Amino acid sequence: MSLAIRATTAIAACALAALTLGVSPAEALSLPKVEDPATLKECSTCHMVYQPQLLPQRSWDAMLSHLADHFGENAKLDDAMRIDILSYLLANAADAPDTKGKSGVLRGIAADSVPDRITSLPWWKGRHDEVNLSNLKSTKVKTASNCIGCHTTADKGEYHE
Amino acid sequence: MKRALIFLALASLSWGSAMAFADDRRDAILADLAAQAVAADPAFTAFSADRGKAFFLATPSSGKPDTPSCTTCHTKDPKAKGQTRAGKEILPMAVSKTPDRFTDAEKVAKWFLRNCSSVLGRECTAAEKGDFITNMAAQ
Ligand code: HEC
Ligand code: HEC
Ligand code: HEC
Repeated sequence: MSLAIRATTAIAACALAALTLGVSPAEALSLPKVEDPATLKECSTCHMVYQPQLLPQRSWDAMLSHLADHFGENAKLDDAMRIDILSYLLANAADAPDTKGKSGVLRGIAADSVPDRITSLPWWKGRHDEVNLSNLKSTKVKTASNCIGCHTTADKGEYHE
Repeated sequence: MKRALIFLALASLSWGSAMAFADDRRDAILADLAAQAVAADPAFTAFSADRGKAFFLATPSSGKPDTPSCTTCHTKDPKAKGQTRAGKEILPMAVSKTPDRFTDAEKVAKWFLRNCSSVLGRECTAAEKGDFITNMAAQ
């Protein structure tokens, strides 16, 4: 399986760093592809659609209640569409009861904190501490939020370096 | 070719050839905007591609700091691909390059609302919208 292959091919330095930090070595993450039509239509124009499993329910709830100021941009939707999308995101969030394969994305997050980004999660930072993210703005990738700029299969939910 | 269209002519305009269907839908959107422009200003006569071009290239500095101009994302060249702030490609705005531009009224309304509020800090007027589309349709 890809997980085993990934584990055995992880470079020694990386594995060592991970061990001293007390986390498991980086492993490929496989999430269901987003198929919800409303979410695909409205949340994939400015960036790739993010999988709902990457944030907890409270984050999606907060994000969709102030779309008019969405990271410095206006992503406002009419209310029917907004509620449609929100219900999909909530049902599949990292902490939703039916979400499978607990990917550990919520590791280190206090229950009362509301992370506004995937890229602000300790889990995400841990996965990218070996990645140079400082100059992205001058590259084609532009920003750490552009998952698919580096992970070419991110829109299918497949993340492996 | 300048397409400074007089709104009365719009409803009946038909280009008759390959892109006729898309052009009809775009013309219907323009006719609707023209009616709104007249309602707002009875002196309004026609949309202008030149005004639309100036509007597109302007830097109004009344909007959000990350989006000073339409060209921030759409680039200065309407025939070129743009890029969102989050790095996703945007197809060219020029109708010659992306023929189905400005043909879905709901989509057009949604993006004017968002992008005008980001760049200008207010909604665009019907005249500004019509000028913008007229310019892009002529490209
Ligand atoms: C008008 C453009 C636009 C639309 C539409 C839009 N977004 Fe965003 N989104 C952005 C921008 C800009 C950022 C910030 C990117 C950056 O910081 O580089 C962002 C960031 C995000 C992030 C955080 C990414 C990270 O860094 O972890 C999430 C999650 C997100 N958007 C979800 C959504 C969802 C859900 C929708 C649909 C309801 C949506 N977006 C629609 C522009 C948009
Ligand atoms: C600038 C390029 C870049 C961007 C942007 C980026 N990543 Fe990564 N990511 C990497 C690299 C390189 C690795 C492998 C790191 C390692 O193995 O040490 C990685 C690892 C991962 C992993 C662990 C999987 C594995 O096989 O190691 C996940 C999950 C992941 N990224 C998710 C994301 C998500 C979600 C986003 C967007 C919010 C994102 N990444 C944005 C470069 C990037
Ligand atoms: C922050 C990035 C950004 C800025 C700034 C921006 N746009 Fe856009 N615009 C987009 C994106 C993303 C889309 C949707 C993607 C697409 O249609 O290819 C879009 C689509 C549009 C559409 C709909 C096109 C269609 O096919 O119907 C119009 C109209 C539009 N923009 C006008 C403007 C105007 C006018 C300005 C300046 C006042 C502007 N935009 C500034 C990102 C931007």
